[in-house]
Amino acid sequence: MTQETLLIGLASVLTAATPIVFAVLGETLSERAGVINLSMNGTILLSAMGGFAVAYNTNSLILGFLAGMLIGALVALIVAFAGITLAQSQVAVGFVLALTCRDLSYFLGSPYMSLPGPRLSSLPIPFLSDIPILGTLFFRQDAITYLSFIAILLTWLWIYRTRPGLMLQGIGEKPAAAFIRGANVNLLRYIYTIVGGALIGLAGPTFSLGVRAGWMGTISGLDGFGWIALAITIFGGWNPARGAFGAYLFALLQWLSLVLQPVLTQIPSQVLQVAPFPLMILTLLLVNIGNAEWVERTLAAMPESTRKFFTKLLRAMRASPPAALGVPFERD
Amino acid sequence: MLNIRWSGVVFQIVALLLSLGVVSLILLSVGASPLEAYSNMLKGSVGSTRKLAEVLVSFVPLLLVTAGLLITFSAGLWNIGVEGQIVLGAIASVWVFRIFIDSTLPPTLIIFISIMAGMVGGALWATLAGLLKTFGGVNEIFGGLGLNFVSTALTLYLIFGPWKRAGVASMSGTEPLPDSFSLAQLSGLRISPTALIIAIVGIVLVYFILNGTYFGLKLKAVGKNFRAAYLLGIPTWQYSLYSFLICGGLAGLAGAIQVTAVYHRLIPSISSGYGYLGLMVAMLINYQSIWAIPVAFFFAALNIGSIQLPIVMKLDSSLSGVLQGTLVLFVILVEGIRQKFLKKMMF
Repeated sequence: MTQETLLIGLASVLTAATPIVFAVLGETLSERAGVINLSMNGTILLSAMGGFAVAYNTNSLILGFLAGMLIGALVALIVAFAGITLAQSQVAVGFVLALTCRDLSYFLGSPYMSLPGPRLSSLPIPFLSDIPILGTLFFRQDAITYLSFIAILLTWLWIYRTRPGLMLQGIGEKPAAAFIRGANVNLLRYIYTIVGGALIGLAGPTFSLGVRAGWMGTISGLDGFGWIALAITIFGGWNPARGAFGAYLFALLQWLSLVLQPVLTQIPSQVLQVAPFPLMILTLLLVNIGNAEWVERTLAAMPESTRKFFTKLLRAMRASPPAALGVPFERD
Repeated sequence: MLNIRWSGVVFQIVALLLSLGVVSLILLSVGASPLEAYSNMLKGSVGSTRKLAEVLVSFVPLLLVTAGLLITFSAGLWNIGVEGQIVLGAIASVWVFRIFIDSTLPPTLIIFISIMAGMVGGALWATLAGLLKTFGGVNEIFGGLGLNFVSTALTLYLIFGPWKRAGVASMSGTEPLPDSFSLAQLSGLRISPTALIIAIVGIVLVYFILNGTYFGLKLKAVGKNFRAAYLLGIPTWQYSLYSFLICGGLAGLAGAIQVTAVYHRLIPSISSGYGYLGLMVAMLINYQSIWAIPVAFFFAALNIGSIQLPIVMKLDSSLSGVLQGTLVLFVILVEGIRQKFLKKMMF
């Protein structure tokens, strides 16, 4: 493999990861505020179908992307209403929406099956795209991929470097304390869930108008990405930068399974394509195992030096969910 | 004051009407007649003995999976990995058949061993999710989802790898098993009475475990308040694992029945989404096992009835999923509103 084809391959990994990046960022925002949006798998499919349908009928890519965001925001609104206002199980509502939106996308999308529609073209940035290596990797992408780079940066800055971001962490960790500090916890939760939902909804058109252009119904292979994005959000420890890294890692693994296919001929190609999933569980295990009680007990029984090493190792990987995740907040 | 129990029934009917209303609007939006769609689904599900038998074929795995999920839900667990547990049950069942393919043992015995193996396969796969939860700190939803993907990978690997069809491997599955390895079916119909009996026994057993045993009581205590149950001296993590074990066993049983009574081979989509659908049924009946039979039958009828839609009306059959989903969604929403309403009345 020449250096040029390798670079183009890696650049395509960044493009392929873009929808997952959006979904992970959206879910991270929502969960940071204390609301699990489990509907992601259905939301992505419905916004992919809706975004494609709108772009096809209006011949406007921008309207397609906006439609996807609107669908994501509306689904998130249902999650928020049931989970916050009605204090019902967010997991239950999200799961039902995940299935319902998926089936709705197949039902409403059948007239759009396999139609040729508009799609994003790459938009090399003048001057920057000529930089060796980095230019090919980062600056010959399409507009939505640039947007995803900016979104990662902004979400990270918002959560860790701004005052409202600090409040966001507060309403997810200790809503009662945030309330005493003057935060309207439930209103903020609504806002973050809906904004997060819009970001998740952006993932759909990024598939259907970009990475995997068109709407192919059940055979589009989009079913499952929402669940992956959910796992990556945890892998990322509710940190947008680490979450984005997880998305790129996942896309890289999928790309590698394609590239290595001719080499590993004894393994059926269908198996290689799903190979990243078991790896995902393994990483989930590594991220979570530090939270288990028996690990702490085992560590305590270890001699000083070994304990220090393992504690450091576990702490580096470990991630704990926001303390009030999924718990409704009531004023009294 | 409005009777609280009856208000529940009234609100459920409101939920049903709301979901029918929303689905009718969706149908109108694509230019189809809702009445025509509903009547086609009705005719396609209970319109003839053959159709009814098809509904029962779909009812059997759905009821078994729902029965299992009632156990994990009672223990406060969201066993979303049930889909993969069905798959592993099917794989274990096919595996046993392949071992005994040239054996001289009576086929009935081999079928029995195969179904038992299916239960063990499902139970072991569920235990994996349980171990990830209790010893790995991995939430059962995420561990389960991951294991579902792994089970799909495993199925595809077997179909395209070691168990591939002589000649060319394809998505149509492995080589069909000999006829002697099938559960007997009613003449001219696809439904096996044995399978139907197994499913009914399954749900009755679960009802009995949950409502008539000390074990069930402790399980519910763990589900209601994990910490309090622990302080009361119930070995909580063991009970979590037991519930995974039982649920996985019933899901694996469903998978084994899909092999011996329906498909007679391993196919890529052997679980057919019954695991996720079972979760919906369990939510809709508010985890009360007494309602499992009628609601599972209703959902199975919707699934089979919707097959008519693409044939007669050129509509996608996923409408049944939309109808089931909106129904569960509205039941949750309406229940939330009712609880809020009751709270206001009490203060």
